Amino acid sequence: MRYLPLTPDDRAQMLGVIGAATIDDLFADVPAAARKSEPFDLPHHAGELEVERELSALAGLNRAAGAGPFFCGAGAYRHHVPATVDHIIQRSEFLTSYTPYQPEIAQGTLQVLFEFQTQVAALTGLDVANASMYDGSTACAEAVMMARRVTRRKRAVLSGGLHPHYAATTQTIAHAEGMDIVRQTVAIDAEAAVIEAIDSETACVVVQTPNVFGVATDVTAIAEAAHAAGALLIVVTTEAVSYGLLKSPGEMGADIAVAEGQSIGNALNFGGPYIGLFTCKEKLVRQMPGRLCGETVDADGRRGFVLTLSTREQHIRRDKATSNICTNSGLCALAFTVHLSLLGETGLRQLAAINHAKAQRLAKALAAIPGVEVLTKRYFNEIAIRLPGNATQMVEALLEDGIVAGVPFSRLDPAAGLDDVLLCAATETTLDEDIDAFAQALSRRIG
Amino acid sequence: MTMQTVGRPTRPEDVQPLDSGFASLTGGRGLLQDEALIFERDGWGKTGVDLPAVDAAADDLGDLVRTSPIGLPGLSEPEAMRHYVRLSQKNHAIDLALYPLGSCTMKHNPRLNEKMARLAGFADLHPMAPLPTIQGALTLMDRLSHWLKTLTGMPAVALSPKAGAHGELCGLLAIRAAHEAKGDPRRRVLVPTSAHGTNPATAAFVGYSVTEIAQTDDGRVDLADLEAKLGPDVAAIMVTNPNTCGLFERDIIEIARLTHAAGAYFYCDGANFNAIVGRVRPGDLGVDAMHINLHKTFSTPHGGGGPGAGPVVLSEALAPFAPAPWVVHGPEGLTLVEETVEEAAQAFGRMSAFHGQMGMFVRAYAYMRSHGADGLRQVAEDAVLNANYIKARLSGVMTPAFPEGPCMHEALFDDSWLEGTGVTTLDFAKAMIDEGFHPMTMYFPLVVHGAMLIEPTETESKQELDRFCEALIALATAAKAGDVDRFKGAPYLAPMRRLDETLAARKPRLTWKPEPGVAPAPLAAE
Ligand SMILES: Cc1ncc(COP(=O)(O)O)c(C=O)c1O
Repeated sequence: MRYLPLTPDDRAQMLGVIGAATIDDLFADVPAAARKSEPFDLPHHAGELEVERELSALAGLNRAAGAGPFFCGAGAYRHHVPATVDHIIQRSEFLTSYTPYQPEIAQGTLQVLFEFQTQVAALTGLDVANASMYDGSTACAEAVMMARRVTRRKRAVLSGGLHPHYAATTQTIAHAEGMDIVRQTVAIDAEAAVIEAIDSETACVVVQTPNVFGVATDVTAIAEAAHAAGALLIVVTTEAVSYGLLKSPGEMGADIAVAEGQSIGNALNFGGPYIGLFTCKEKLVRQMPGRLCGETVDADGRRGFVLTLSTREQHIRRDKATSNICTNSGLCALAFTVHLSLLGETGLRQLAAINHAKAQRLAKALAAIPGVEVLTKRYFNEIAIRLPGNATQMVEALLEDGIVAGVPFSRLDPAAGLDDVLLCAATETTLDEDIDAFAQALSRRIG
Repeated sequence: MTMQTVGRPTRPEDVQPLDSGFASLTGGRGLLQDEALIFERDGWGKTGVDLPAVDAAADDLGDLVRTSPIGLPGLSEPEAMRHYVRLSQKNHAIDLALYPLGSCTMKHNPRLNEKMARLAGFADLHPMAPLPTIQGALTLMDRLSHWLKTLTGMPAVALSPKAGAHGELCGLLAIRAAHEAKGDPRRRVLVPTSAHGTNPATAAFVGYSVTEIAQTDDGRVDLADLEAKLGPDVAAIMVTNPNTCGLFERDIIEIARLTHAAGAYFYCDGANFNAIVGRVRPGDLGVDAMHINLHKTFSTPHGGGGPGAGPVVLSEALAPFAPAPWVVHGPEGLTLVEETVEEAAQAFGRMSAFHGQMGMFVRAYAYMRSHGADGLRQVAEDAVLNANYIKARLSGVMTPAFPEGPCMHEALFDDSWLEGTGVTTLDFAKAMIDEGFHPMTMYFPLVVHGAMLIEPTETESKQELDRFCEALIALATAAKAGDVDRFKGAPYLAPMRRLDETLAARKPRLTWKPEPGVAPAPLAAE
């Protein structure tokens, strides 16, 4: 057993030092009825070769996104990640370290977090960012609960363009905490409808841009309406690369911005691990969930970084904490920061422009097909299209042509009655030939 | 100083004390670089990626387009590599030495797991890709579920929670749904005083009020107090087993019986499952829900704070309330139940977008397959053996919090042995850094004064344990001999001296800002 250094001799000697006759003596506190004397009914240990064989076979049963034309988005995006990123995150010192509770020997992680927080605050146009949440959806739920603490109100209004999984996560978690969650009817381009729903009991409104149908919205008027009623505006983004092209949530008046950061530095990973970005205005910082890294000095007066404001957190405040989160997405934050440092502002803007240009090409190609309607007018890199029939069946049919056409909206929300709507995303990894092949196959299938 | 015999390691007594008067001319510290932030490196306008030019315009977006600068510097590839590798060198890591953080199970992270998680079929797989294209992923989730259910003796598992605390949330939401289904919503959750902070925080998150249960002098749940506090408004108890003092709850079966008799559920915090994996099944102890930190017991790396994964095993009573999604066997292969309609009518909702931490599932499964049922049993035995060995070796100089009987996978000491020395647990921990070891968990659990919780894990050799024990014995001896400066000023030899955490909290600086009076970051070159 290659992961276990003790030899039978070591074990015998150590038992001697302890003064125990057998290993079973050390398990003496376990009730006799619960002791299992035999290994369980599971396979026995296996060598690297055997394990690799089994897992490679399983991986081979999947079709990787890169295997051909591929247009899925809906909150997870396929981007190119520079090789440097993966090398850095596999450095032992980053990969195999714990949460930096001993700052004198964790400055690597801590400085990265400080850079990460600064980058995220800059991207979203807000003042402070935390050291990450699990993912965009849980960050969204946490933002709603934070709004409750800030406003001492219980009602949250979710726009109809919010990703259905985000809405469901928020409903599940914030409802349990006693909030009254009002989810507006699913609609492709109706974010402004939230304004009507704001009242004097409203803690926050949650608006996604670009929304789940890809629609980008200027939320300035929504921010004004929310603020006039004493409510907070929470802006959600599931495609972080869009910050390179679109106005930031902060510029449009958001009080809290949350996002899925997977697009920068992180692979698709079948949905996780991902990285929740969480930012807010400075005056709200003491109600924030999650860890925060801050600057300080050491005993010799040299600048260094530590985890700070931890009186908000569960390990200090227990049942009065702002959140129960402990483990977060540290390594994904590192990947995000390394990738974004490589991009820089110049690279991010260029990457965003390429994504948008690819989506323009995709929209144009699909709009030209009789029977297909492009529903999204102002988009970043994703559009919703209406097909003449059921979108799930069309995706299955196009799979036979070697094309993964996108995410049928009904898979995210079967109750919305949008069975003919398909979400299609394009990124810098999408080839023009892929778009042409998709358009041709779709037009053949419809025709 | 005497000459070493050729080929022999240097002995401590042969080393000269540091010349404390030495200072480098530039502030350099050997090869350890003082590394500026990316914002302090004139990287405005720079980029380390080569992207094709775009000719399309974004005029379809009108005034949605950003016009102000973002404020992001860039680095060329060599600069980025060097910057982050230099930073990495300021971290301690399990690959460098023992990492004895109690409750955290810092064990070796096999690189096979990393390699498997990076196979294109897993890493480059979209969560909403069509079902026929994800059969391998669903099979892996199904096999992982089988292992987790078999190892815990529980009938169901919810894979989607993203860490231990998220698993606690999942478990308590299932408990809440189960009570509500019976028309008997309850208000309170009982938590021992020794519990991890996430337990009370989670209970409060779910809208419960928290009542603490006392602990006996031998570090276990006080049954009389439990009985007194159980009542018709108690929804659940949350008990960690082995508990946070590193002890097995001897009366666990009775705890479960009392809990069930009061109509409440038994949530077990499974953070310490490493101590019993392959030897004890929580299902045999009467547990209704338990999260398993894949980033502890099943070796997925901690990554400087995350990500983790916290699947929750559930009893028959709670299984119907499990959140979406889950894998089911259908006529055309495996499929996912993703929505809480029809088949999943009782599910309490959804924990997050998509299906959980697949990258961690792959790693954990590779680890389980590597160890097998026999190896996992050995994991628990060696983890417990190593902790008891440390406890035995250090008991001569330090005071174990619970000297009677064996501990499980971690050895807990209090600070009574430091009384009168002027040295605190914190000072002692910082001095360990100078001796080349990461400190143990300090001041947790709260029930033990000045707690020092040492968890070596099974992946330490006897030689490394001996080195560790000898370092601690030497330090303890120095503390008792009045060598206080060694502790108060520690660490001396780390990349940084002791950091001022009070200052950080009093005047929070959470992002980099340009020096006052200096122009803001220039706009990136267009
Ligand atoms: C006893 C105990 N419970 C719960 C947790 C929370 O787990 P996580 O950090 O994965 O959320 C931890 C770990 O920090 C723990 O030690």
